[in-house]
Amino acid sequence: MLELANIRKAFNQGRHNEYWALKGIDLAIPPARVSVLKGPSGSGKTTLLTILGCLARPTEGRVRLKGEDISGLPERFLTEIRRRSFGFIFQQFNLVRGLSAIDNIILPGYPTGTPRAQLLQRAEALLADMQLAHRRDAKVEWLSGGEQQRVAICRALINDPEILVADEPTANLDSRLSAEFLAILRRLAEAGRTVILTSHDPLVVESAVVDRVYSLRDGQLIDVRDVRRAAP
Amino acid sequence: MNRWIEKQRHLIDFTASSLARRKGKSLGLLVVYTLLVFVLASVSLYTHALRNEATRVLAGTPEIVLQRLIAGRHDLVPPGYVEKIGRMRGVQKIEGRLWGYYYDSVLKANYTFMVPADRNIAEGEITVGPALERSRGLAAGNGISFRAYSGELHTFIVTGVLAHESELVSADLVLMSEADFRRFFAYPEGHYTDIALWVANPQEVRNVGRKLIDALPDSRPILREEVLRTYASVFDWREGMMLALLSAAILAFGIFAWEKAAGLSAEEKREIGILKAIGWETGDVIAMKFWEGFLVSLLAFLLGYVAAYVHVFHFEFALFAPVLQGWAVLYPSFALTPRIDGVQVATLFVFTVLPYTAATLVPIWRAATTDPDTVMRS
Amino acid sequence: MSRPSDRVLGFTLLAAALFAATFVDAALRRGTHEAALQRTARLAEDLRLSDPVLFTEARYTRHPTQADLHSAFQDHPVAFEHFPSGSLLPPPALLLDRHEPLDREAAPSD
Ligand SMILES: Nc1ncnc2c1ncn2[C@@H]1O[C@H](COP(=O)(O)OP(=O)(O)OP(=O)(O)O)[C@@H](O)[C@H]1O
Ligand SMILES: [Mg+2]
Repeated sequence: MLELANIRKAFNQGRHNEYWALKGIDLAIPPARVSVLKGPSGSGKTTLLTILGCLARPTEGRVRLKGEDISGLPERFLTEIRRRSFGFIFQQFNLVRGLSAIDNIILPGYPTGTPRAQLLQRAEALLADMQLAHRRDAKVEWLSGGEQQRVAICRALINDPEILVADEPTANLDSRLSAEFLAILRRLAEAGRTVILTSHDPLVVESAVVDRVYSLRDGQLIDVRDVRRAAP
Repeated sequence: MNRWIEKQRHLIDFTASSLARRKGKSLGLLVVYTLLVFVLASVSLYTHALRNEATRVLAGTPEIVLQRLIAGRHDLVPPGYVEKIGRMRGVQKIEGRLWGYYYDSVLKANYTFMVPADRNIAEGEITVGPALERSRGLAAGNGISFRAYSGELHTFIVTGVLAHESELVSADLVLMSEADFRRFFAYPEGHYTDIALWVANPQEVRNVGRKLIDALPDSRPILREEVLRTYASVFDWREGMMLALLSAAILAFGIFAWEKAAGLSAEEKREIGILKAIGWETGDVIAMKFWEGFLVSLLAFLLGYVAAYVHVFHFEFALFAPVLQGWAVLYPSFALTPRIDGVQVATLFVFTVLPYTAATLVPIWRAATTDPDTVMRS
Repeated sequence: MSRPSDRVLGFTLLAAALFAATFVDAALRRGTHEAALQRTARLAEDLRLSDPVLFTEARYTRHPTQADLHSAFQDHPVAFEHFPSGSLLPPPALLLDRHEPLDREAAPSD
């Protein structure tokens, strides 16, 4: 699905504070599975995730999406790919305040020029799926953390992406909500979506819903383990 | 194409709701902006229409008015001048004009006393302009006394009031018979205020003017062409003064708008980061901001212009007329004919809409080109 | 379904329609004013008038085209009010005061 070959990433390259956050990573993300990047703080999880999600470019190395090398593509095409193939869930949810839940959800659909009615229809289906239909027109700042999280999931799914990317998605949730969130991810993976998340929360890493765990330390991959499950 | 339109409408959706979120600020900006356009448009519509009206109305003014100068000031035309000029080649018609000023200290206003060339007014009677009707409450049949320079009072009966529709040229006129005029001002017999003359061949006007100076070195001919030119350029200065007064306001607005448009709040920066992370291109963000700047300034332009139009042509420029008209007591009241200069309107459009739109775009450029991954780290 | 852009564009369209309406109104008014304008031009011609009555405060403002050739505020026949004083200065209070009581006494009849 997603393959990285010898990925290296430097911040402030060529300056006195040059810092190599990733030092040669090779990995392949399996499709329709839940993969977790784990590791201590500063080990490069977020950095690796931004490269997997086409938010950032590696300094060296190649990124292949479904066999196609995308690391050399210009910004515009990268955005296009990001919009089509990736959905993002952020630690702080990153919803736009002042907009209603439904307006937040359809935002990623704007640049595609999809008719509004169609976007709304899709968003409503997603909300219903997340048991949030009654909060459709609530301003996002009035929603609880768990509700915001689910709105963020809906937003990530509005363009029907194959890959879902989440950075520390449970950091702001309590155990019950985290468990609910993981159950949702499970469902999505079983429906065929590829899920990639970062976490140092044992609850997530050791969860039964996770298929594969990548362990990072100091910008290097030290362990890859398939943890789960007899195939469905 | 449909996709493109749909996309732009999405962007406008977003812009509209972010403006609605900052309702007080956006509305305040729109109001101040509209007011500014209103003032600018009022002044330029008014002066343009007035220039037009003046040059049209004065199209039939005498081809040449000849004054006599003494020590640089104009003086009475002595007897003999009219006959002398009448014999000149090219002169078709010649008339001595009799007119002068009278200061009414009750109203602290100046009137123009004049002997009309087109009608006979009986002695002891006058016809007055509409401003006198209004400010001194005169109507046909009323009597009014004026105090001559000699100190004696002269009483006249008002027999007519000039039509209100022509107030632009006749507001302060007091028309009287020649005998009354001469008696009132103790105007010496045979003298005139100046001489109006008409030339048979329009091409000859300048030549005749030159010949007049040769023949009468103490005279100053004023050509119709010069009169019209004066009014084609009239108001430039006062308009400039009005604009000078305004410039402080414009500057203040500029700062306000710049801060509003150019200073991106942390909140807005965060929003842009989010939008980029969820798949908006730099161009989409810029287009969204463009719509904000364009729609706000377009609305301000349209509303301000419409208000200015109504103000100038339906309310006689009531708010600013005193500024342009100075301290005079007799304000002529006239509804101008709406003559609108397309170039002027276009200029106003360009100068109100472009800078603001640009001001909203400049800062967004940098914010919109930041890397989308920054939103992951906050 | 009321969508934010519908409202904004609707309002802008309305404003644009009003804007267009001012041009229609201007054309109509030009039509109705034309006759009066011609009569006014006629009156100006008949009375040999040379200036519109815009500012009556001084002779160089009442008849700018007929005023003195070489005097303060009026250097050139084409020049018009160079100085702000023309708009900002009232006539000397001294003169006003001297004339007013005299005329008050003398003007009971109107
Ligand atoms: N923009 C940047 N400029 C300089 N250094 C950076 C930048 N972004 C990240 N780094 C550094 O790269 C390293 C890896 O950062 P990263 O955010 O990937 O770690 P992480 O594993 O996600 O940590 P955490 O668990 O705390 O989120 C860190 O040492 C960080 O300081
Ligand atoms: Mg991190």
